[in-house]
Amino acid sequence: MPATYEPIATTTLGSAASSYTFSSIPSTYTDLVLVMNTKGSTSNYCQLRFNGDTGTNYSRTDLKGNGSTAASSRDSNRSIIDIASNATNDTSNFNTNIILHIMNYANTTTYKTAISRANNAATGTDAIVVLWRSTSAINSIYIAVNTGNLEVGTTLTLYGIAAA
Amino acid sequence: MANTYTLIASSTVGAGGASSIDFTSIPSTYTDLLLKVSSRSSDASVVAGITVQFNSDTTSGNYTWKRLYGDGSSAPGTDSNFNFVLISAANNTANTFGNGEIYIPNYAGSSAKSISADSVSENNATNAYAILGAGKWSGTSAITSIKLVISAGNFVQYSTAYLYGIKNS
Repeated sequence: MPATYEPIATTTLGSAASSYTFSSIPSTYTDLVLVMNTKGSTSNYCQLRFNGDTGTNYSRTDLKGNGSTAASSRDSNRSIIDIASNATNDTSNFNTNIILHIMNYANTTTYKTAISRANNAATGTDAIVVLWRSTSAINSIYIAVNTGNLEVGTTLTLYGIAAA
Repeated sequence: MANTYTLIASSTVGAGGASSIDFTSIPSTYTDLLLKVSSRSSDASVVAGITVQFNSDTTSGNYTWKRLYGDGSSAPGTDSNFNFVLISAANNTANTFGNGEIYIPNYAGSSAKSISADSVSENNATNAYAILGAGKWSGTSAITSIKLVISAGNFVQYSTAYLYGIKNS
């Protein structure tokens, strides 16, 4: 049986970095899953871009809870998009995880959508839907933080899921 | 390329029901763990909760949770309750099971463990629940066992749990 959940690339940060890029992503899968386990230099949060596109082509809607307030918010026409909200990166430990599902990423007909599930048991849990208004196949994913760095030991792994 | 999404173990509850579902002797050879649960409680209520214990650690202070949930009628709520997976119970539509997914990245590492959980109960009536959960276990040992503990009643017959290991290479 062919493997359908394959690691495309993985990294454990050996030095603090404000961003990390998965490049040369093959178009041979159907969907992508990015799993991150993060620690921040400050209480920052993660963002992304696809294919190095810095145009205002990103939007998102989130649903989030922090233990006391449940809320939803929306950003449109952004040049970089948040994939976590309440689930900020902890500065003391690897207490934040983000699991990002990117559907039908290689098609060249439709805009691309993704779902982020971000969690930090101290600060909250988020479900975020992301839209990138481009019909290009996704061949790179740029992960950044809004301020400061991702700390040494942060892990990022990109998996490919093939429908057949 | 090798398959990196591998079934480690599974459990199906028998006719007598069970108060917990246990996975032991979990190897440390994977990167992440993924637990998929389909279950129902015998408790006479419309929803039941599941929490987890890792490595037989029953110290509640070693676990932290945040939940975000909706029941189909009220505004969404959020709290820090430890029942971070919700399933169907005896007062729900017959033969209806809830399901959930628990993801644990870097479960074999030496840091505290961060947890993601999504689950739903189901019911052909006014209320059913959807819930998102964030968790943390402060233990710094590799996770070698997982106990799923039900909040009320027992896991009924045909409840299932599947534990998968995912490798990043």
